Amino acid sequence: MNLRQRLALAAFALSLLIQAPVGAQDNQKVLRIAPHSNLTILDPIWTTAYISRFHGYMIYDTLFGTDAQGKVQPQMVDKWEVSRDKTVWTFTLRAGLEFHDGKSVTSADAIASLARWAKRDSMGEKLMGFVEGMEPVNATTFRIKLKEPYGLVLESLGKPSSNVPFIMPKRVADTPADKQIDDFTGSGPFVFDKAQWKPGEKVVYLRNARYRPRSEAPSGTAGGKVAKVDRVEWVIIKDAQTQANALAAGEIDIIEAPAHELYNSLKANRDLQIVEPNPLGFGAMLRFNHLQPPFDNAKVRQAAMAALNQPAFLRAQVGVPDLYHTCFSIYPCNSPYFTTAGMDFIAKPDINRARQLLKESGYDGRPIVVMQPTDLVVIAKLPVVATQLLRQAGFKVDMQSMDWQTLVSRRAKKDPPAQGGWNIFLTVWASVDGMNAIAMNAVNAACDKAWFGWPCDQELERLRDAFARSDDEQERKKLAEQIQLRAMEIGTHVPVGEYQIPVAARRNLKGFVTGYFLVAWGIEKP
Amino acid sequence: MLRFLASRLLSTIPVLLIVAVAVFLLLRLTPGDPAAVIAGDMATTEQIEEIRTSLGLDKPIVVQFGIWFGNVLRGDLGESFFFKLTVAELIAQRLEPTLALALCTIVVAVVVAVPLGVLAAWRHGGWLDRTLMGFSTLGFSIPVFVLGYLLIWLVSLKLGWLPVQGYRRLGEGVGPFIRHLILPSLTLSVIYVALIARVTRAAVAEALTEDFVRTARAKGLPESRVLIRHALANAAVPIVTVIGIGLALLIGGVVVTESVFSIPGLGRLTVDAVLARDFPTIQGVILLFSVAYVLVNLLIDLSYLFLDPRIRY
Repeated sequence: MNLRQRLALAAFALSLLIQAPVGAQDNQKVLRIAPHSNLTILDPIWTTAYISRFHGYMIYDTLFGTDAQGKVQPQMVDKWEVSRDKTVWTFTLRAGLEFHDGKSVTSADAIASLARWAKRDSMGEKLMGFVEGMEPVNATTFRIKLKEPYGLVLESLGKPSSNVPFIMPKRVADTPADKQIDDFTGSGPFVFDKAQWKPGEKVVYLRNARYRPRSEAPSGTAGGKVAKVDRVEWVIIKDAQTQANALAAGEIDIIEAPAHELYNSLKANRDLQIVEPNPLGFGAMLRFNHLQPPFDNAKVRQAAMAALNQPAFLRAQVGVPDLYHTCFSIYPCNSPYFTTAGMDFIAKPDINRARQLLKESGYDGRPIVVMQPTDLVVIAKLPVVATQLLRQAGFKVDMQSMDWQTLVSRRAKKDPPAQGGWNIFLTVWASVDGMNAIAMNAVNAACDKAWFGWPCDQELERLRDAFARSDDEQERKKLAEQIQLRAMEIGTHVPVGEYQIPVAARRNLKGFVTGYFLVAWGIEKP
Repeated sequence: MLRFLASRLLSTIPVLLIVAVAVFLLLRLTPGDPAAVIAGDMATTEQIEEIRTSLGLDKPIVVQFGIWFGNVLRGDLGESFFFKLTVAELIAQRLEPTLALALCTIVVAVVVAVPLGVLAAWRHGGWLDRTLMGFSTLGFSIPVFVLGYLLIWLVSLKLGWLPVQGYRRLGEGVGPFIRHLILPSLTLSVIYVALIARVTRAAVAEALTEDFVRTARAKGLPESRVLIRHALANAAVPIVTVIGIGLALLIGGVVVTESVFSIPGLGRLTVDAVLARDFPTIQGVILLFSVAYVLVNLLIDLSYLFLDPRIRY
């Protein structure tokens, strides 16, 4: 064989080698999802990060779920009853529930899981303030005894968003709440394959053959969680354009949160579909620091609120009219407690009125620090708009650019802005986190214990407490409205509009569950 | 030479020590709190404080440094704040993609750039030289991400020949491994082709003016032999130096290329760790990069002994 023949043979062999089809596997149905961020924390109780919540829903189940209409429905629980005085709640688990290791789910597991969750979650903490004790009745039945009636027991246990009361085996749930778990045994529809987990590259989940889904149709986080693929792979792709290219080429099946600027091109691609599993969308907000001047003065906060203009924020940040809408409420539009009461100043922004209020407030012209996270594209433009509007109203604004991680560290500081503190930041939450005044951290006005910004108002806390105690829906609606009126009167925060981040998927997929975020159960791939 | 080798290796110790102290202090002095990152957007100040305590970040900096440095001396780079994996495990997962991409890129760059540089030097000032150097300037100028997206659009989306993104380990098969490396290596090699071709051209052009080349030509040797055995061989020192530095830079991470092609390499690990303030991971990878730089430079120095017999240590 001469040199030319050898070279030809080598070239042929090489071409055979590299012609292997992309992603060729066995006959398993594999669903590949590019999630909205990298999965770093595997303990969904330890962090409120949405990506850890998504991971949690893959591998864990909950006692109750919340359907797409916002109603709490039983999930792992088969039946429950409440004593006449509404202080004793008895729950019985469905028969045959098993963890991934084959062990039965027991009432002891549920009690330990709820106890750990309540140490990390504000709604759980509130619930536990009313709980006298939790005790198992038998292997599948347990009881929660309350000191006095509490109106949000089921809403707490069926809380759909971070932190979610996921049920873990007792041996795992006994881990102190300030330490991460390292055993990921759940009882959900998928099993986390830790051996194949490559941080920053791939997360693998296998269908849980032991899972017993409910018979009802899936809705939100409730109903039958039927895994219709054998394997789900999260493919971590950070670059938005690369995500879109990979979806177009069929290398992945779903982009959980495609960039807004790619929306039109994705929509135009006939091989793809745009799906909205979260009709409530996301809500953006501006947050004041109530501890530091000038926003320790309610009048100054009101002046700022009068200047803020939702369409300006939405046009700049989202840009695609299909994907945003104004929402003049602290509650998500189309959610049960939505009301526009007391929101006129946001619905009808008026720079002249803002100037007048600022003048009356005695604002001394000190610069206010607005923090801008340059690396978080879903927020980055909001502070720029806020800065411009506040300047128009007469504020002297020092917009400081930083990365998001610096911002989240800095916003925890209560110091004056000159010593590393702050005056204003903006953020975006999934609207499901604002479904009621207890879940919504932004209206917590418990001073030092409140969310960053630390509003302090006894009246607002009294109203929130009354809301939590009430089990009458009409009364709750009234209280929800009063809470909004009071929150806007003292200026806890300013809603600056809502927008959607729909999922982009290959057209051959079907069975997406509508609710509050993307879930992997129900999705069928031919 | 052994004495040189020993002294060079010993000299790495203070370098690494300085790097360790500087990185540790810089990270602690930079704004950003890993506990706040871990806790998430809805966590309260109290929750963040609890996490800070559990990570040991509430201890004085000197104590934190003592603990970390003591562990490093025992070969333990610590555990990532986020992944519940050791830094060594994380680096091990990311090393193969980075090394594969770096080696592939350098091989492509050398195979293309050295002949181009020699040709340009041979036809110094002529149209071939000007054309090749024009392409070289273009190679320097075009941003890596622009070239990457263009190649993906053409080769992957339009022609469907190669995958858009991702990396397959060698253990998953030679075919997928090569298919996933072709586009990123091509993209990344363009700038190195430009760099190496320019250095080769300059070095060979200079060698071609030497007396020994005139002698070789006077002896009637074929021009190819004159170029390769006489001019190129004597111009090897600067070329090998630039190749070595290029390799060291590639091992240090090529974040843009890794992002465009979604390659889970050390560059992305470093950036992700910096953004998340994952102190143990940042410290671990920076130490690794320092070791890599020192070793590559040592290898370059040693290679001079073989390339130029006049050099003695």
